Amino acid sequence: MRKSVLIGNGQGFWGDSIDAPVRLMNDGPIDYVTLDYLAEVTMSIMQRQKNKNPERGYATDFVQLMKDTLPTIIDKNIKVVANAGGVNPKACREAIFAAARELGLSGLKIGIVEGDDILEDLPQLMQAGAEFKHLDTGQGFASFQEKVLSANVYVGAFPIAEALAEGAQVIVTGRGTDPGLVLGPLIHEFGWQADDLDLLAAGTVAGHILECGAQTTGGNFTRWWEVPDYASIGYPIVEANPDGTFVVTKHPGTGGMVTRETVSEQIVYEMGDPENYISPDVRVDFTTIQLEEIGKDRVLVSGIKGMPATDSYKVSMSYRKGFKASGTLTVSGPQAYEKAQKCGEIVWQRLQEAGCSFEETNSEYLGLNSCHGDINPTPDQINEIVLRLSAKDANADNLVRFGKEIAPLITNGPPGITGFAGGRPKPQEIVAFWPALIDKTLVQSRVTVEEV
Amino acid sequence: MKRIRLGEIAHARSGDKGDSSNVGLIANNAAAYEILKEQLTEERVKAHFGGIVLGKVDRYEMPNLWCLNFILHDSLGGGGSESLKNDAQGKTHGQAMLLMEVEVPDDFEG
Repeated sequence: MRKSVLIGNGQGFWGDSIDAPVRLMNDGPIDYVTLDYLAEVTMSIMQRQKNKNPERGYATDFVQLMKDTLPTIIDKNIKVVANAGGVNPKACREAIFAAARELGLSGLKIGIVEGDDILEDLPQLMQAGAEFKHLDTGQGFASFQEKVLSANVYVGAFPIAEALAEGAQVIVTGRGTDPGLVLGPLIHEFGWQADDLDLLAAGTVAGHILECGAQTTGGNFTRWWEVPDYASIGYPIVEANPDGTFVVTKHPGTGGMVTRETVSEQIVYEMGDPENYISPDVRVDFTTIQLEEIGKDRVLVSGIKGMPATDSYKVSMSYRKGFKASGTLTVSGPQAYEKAQKCGEIVWQRLQEAGCSFEETNSEYLGLNSCHGDINPTPDQINEIVLRLSAKDANADNLVRFGKEIAPLITNGPPGITGFAGGRPKPQEIVAFWPALIDKTLVQSRVTVEEV
Repeated sequence: MKRIRLGEIAHARSGDKGDSSNVGLIANNAAAYEILKEQLTEERVKAHFGGIVLGKVDRYEMPNLWCLNFILHDSLGGGGSESLKNDAQGKTHGQAMLLMEVEVPDDFEG
């Protein structure tokens, strides 16, 4: 067994820095690079791509990254664990194999984890007793079933460890938990078992600290003025030990910082009940986490306690729920706020007179109160303001009509209005989420490792 | 006693959970944590956020991090892609929390 393992995260979401994973591989020692590409909305986008073309439905950015870095990871024996498979891990693996052949590489083993995608199985699962009641509202699922675009189970970390044990250097998963990308390698390296609850809890916390990339190393940190060299911010790394303790750090010479404060902020990110953080492999008590700064950009994490996992997995389904559109105008000069308010009134009145109604509308004043409401008093003088008008409806035609009503204000409304660029706002389909639970016995992960 | 903004004695991060946001508010030290615990009731926090939070506020204590975790229910206009809000994910609610005022002794240093 290794004494310690270095695991970094180079992608907090699809759209994160494209340089970060490469820098994790090149700017210092690293054993594992983990990459998180999947947000809830991503799964539905990928499912649509797969519906159009059965060879798609995965994170194409990841294939490009592999093209660029395969020689490096093979040379340095870096392992890569990514949930880039989306709804089509097989096709993702084939695309990487094709890239490897182009580069004249052979001997590369790629593992995939499948079994999370239950879209095709929904009818059988419901026959087998799965109810898929909405996790927050308790609402029944049956009437939504026909609108479902994607349905994926958050599976645990053990299948990742299994793929590593079979010799995979690159692991491509579908939907699993984000922390599982880190816990899987730790299970593999240190031989942790399903009943090592404190260890699994520690690995889950390590994964949670890494999963949003630079949000641990100074990104989104409250006291931003204290953060050095944002431009070359280092992405987070854990030096993990077999006893479940780990040090959060980053490569030397990179920007950003790792302190008790930056790590604390990431720990509480998207937190519910801290005494009962539920993952597929373990429940974690986040009030047991102890942090200690033991050097520059080094925070020791210890003391973490785990409890037995629940009997169910979380399921994330996406479904169609009508349309929405938003448009903006910049309003400047004297009485900017009053003029912006007037513009909004005009638009909604014209639409009403045109016989156009909406399920919901929203008028916001960016630069004044769109984020913080009336927590702050309105300043006496506002130089300019961005009016943002939004509408939602089941009928897309109403939103097309809405989109035509923004630009005319520049010439037929109050003065000093500009910033209408990029054409009329177009209706976007709303993809809503349906969180639910499923009994663990109804879901089976599948691991396959193949070599090019 | 004097009134100061939370930003002088604490830092914060927020994120979304469906149609609710969470704000993890972290005191700069143990003394500041006691002040937060005593003064930041669920009711006061809900009042501070005014029209932003339509539901209730839940509070959880994390003394190990000097942190109070607040769940702001029904604060995201439906959440995720359903929301018409500019800040559909509550990314800015942490900064909004730091604008809140608390009372501290005149010689208090956060």
